[in-house]
Amino acid sequence: MAHHELTMPATEAQVRALRVNDTVTLNGTLYGIRDATQIHMFDRGRRTRFDLRGHAVIHTAPNVRKVPPSAEHPAGYAPLCVGTTTSARMERFTRPLMTGYGIRLVIGKGGLGGESLAAFGELGGAYLAIIGGTAALETTWVEAIEDVDLDDLNPESLWKFRVKGFGPLLVAMDAHGASIYSTVSQHARDARAAVLASLGVDRGS
Amino acid sequence: MQVDLAQVEEAAKELYIRALKLLPDDVKRGFAALQARETHATAQGVLGTMVRNIAVAEETRNLLCQDTGIPIYNVAIGAGVAVDGAALKAAIRRGCERATREHPLRSSVVHPITRVNEHTSCGREVPVIHFDFTDEPERLAIEMVPKGSGSENNSWLRMAIPADGVDAIKTFVVDCVLEAGGKTCPPTIVGVGVGGTADLCMSLAKRAATRPLGSRCDDPEGARLETALTAAVNRLGVGPQGLGGDATAFAVHVEVAATHITMNPVAVNMQCHSARRARATFTPAGVEYGF
Repeated sequence: MAHHELTMPATEAQVRALRVNDTVTLNGTLYGIRDATQIHMFDRGRRTRFDLRGHAVIHTAPNVRKVPPSAEHPAGYAPLCVGTTTSARMERFTRPLMTGYGIRLVIGKGGLGGESLAAFGELGGAYLAIIGGTAALETTWVEAIEDVDLDDLNPESLWKFRVKGFGPLLVAMDAHGASIYSTVSQHARDARAAVLASLGVDRGS
Repeated sequence: MQVDLAQVEEAAKELYIRALKLLPDDVKRGFAALQARETHATAQGVLGTMVRNIAVAEETRNLLCQDTGIPIYNVAIGAGVAVDGAALKAAIRRGCERATREHPLRSSVVHPITRVNEHTSCGREVPVIHFDFTDEPERLAIEMVPKGSGSENNSWLRMAIPADGVDAIKTFVVDCVLEAGGKTCPPTIVGVGVGGTADLCMSLAKRAATRPLGSRCDDPEGARLETALTAAVNRLGVGPQGLGGDATAFAVHVEVAATHITMNPVAVNMQCHSARRARATFTPAGVEYGF
C-alpha cells in the first residue's frame, strides 16, 4: 500500500508500478473528458489538438464561469466546481483512449469493467478512484483551466486542467489484472443467498 | 393567501442553488450513524472524505457535487391559497433558468435525441414540476430536488405477479443494489415503490428515495419492509463508492399504493450520498427556507 506522487505525464514503468490499494497524488496536467467528448472522438471521427501521451483523464464535466482570458484563466474559463462522474458509461472508450492517444491513467468513480482491465494489463494503464460527490473538495486541488478543445460540446468539452496535490486517489484497477470493484462485486454476489435467506425468501423469483 | 409570483420565481432560483450547496441535517446525521458502525478501514476513509467535502462546500460556498442534476420542483398547495397554476409553473421555470445563468451552474439538461443543451437547465417537460394539495391552511411549500444522474441511471421497474408474492419485492431490491454496485455513489437512499400502476410505482420509488432520513413509510407493512431491507442490503458488503464496506445504504425507504388483483409491481430509484433537497415555505408571514 505505497503512496505515489506523479507529475504528469507518467511513463509506462511508473504506471505499471501501481498496485491496487496504493494511493496516488497527481501534479501538473490533467485532462477532463466525458460521454459526448468521447462519442465525438471515437464515433464521429473528431480529433483533439492536445497531445495526451502519458497523461491522465478524469471523467468530468465541470461547472465553469466564462471570463476574459488572463494569466489566471488562460482558456477564458474559471473553474467553479470540478467533480467526477460515473465511469461505467464510458467503458468502451478506455482501449481507444490508450491505443489512439497514449492515455495511461483514468480517474473516475464507480469503476470500469473487464475490457478496460484487460487494456490496462496489455497496454500499461490503471484506474484511480476518486470519491464521487466530493466536488467541493476536488475543486480545491484544481489551480486553473489552462486550455479547452472541442468546446462546442460544453460542458462536455475536452478540458486541460492544471492541478496541484490532486488526491490522494485510490488505485482501484491496476496493470496486473487486479480490480477492487470485481473483488467487492464477487463477494457481494456470494453474500446474496444468505441475505435473501435473512429476509425469509426461500425460493428465487 | 395570495401568492406573489415574483417571490416564487426568486425562491425557485434560490432553492436550486441552496439545494446544491447545503446538505440537509438528516443526511449529515445519517453519515454520523454510518461512520459509527463502519468496520472497514477503506470505507471509513471514504466516509471521512465525504463528510469533509460537506464542510468544504459550506466554507467555500461551493456546490457539494458537480452534478447539477435534473431539476425537480414539488409544489404543495395548502387550503385557502389563491394562485394561477400555469403562472406558477412559468415562474418556477424562470427561477430555474436564472439560477443556471446567474450563478452560473452547469446545465445538465439536453434534448434526448439531438443532445442539444440549451444551457438553461430547462427543456421539454423539464424542470419536472409536481403539484399536490394539502389541508394545511395558508401555506404553499416548494421542495427542490436536483436529481443526479449517477443514481437516476440506476432505476428499475419489475411488473411481478401475485404468485411471486412479497418475496419478489425483496429479491428485486437486493438484486438492484447488487447491480448498482458503486455506480450510484453509495451510501445511497434506496427508494422502493410497491404497488400502483407502472408509472405510479416508479413515482413512489422516487418519492421514497428523496424522503428525509429518519422518516418512515406510513403504511405499517411498508415500514416493516423498510426495516428488513435496510438491514439486508447493508449485509452485501458493497460499501461506500462500491469499494467494499458496511455502509451500502443510509436506508431503504418504501412507499406503497394499492394495486390491481393481478399485479405486483415493484420499482427502485436511488438517491446518492449527496442526498440534496431544499424547501421554501410561503405563509402570510413571508418565505422561510429549510429542508
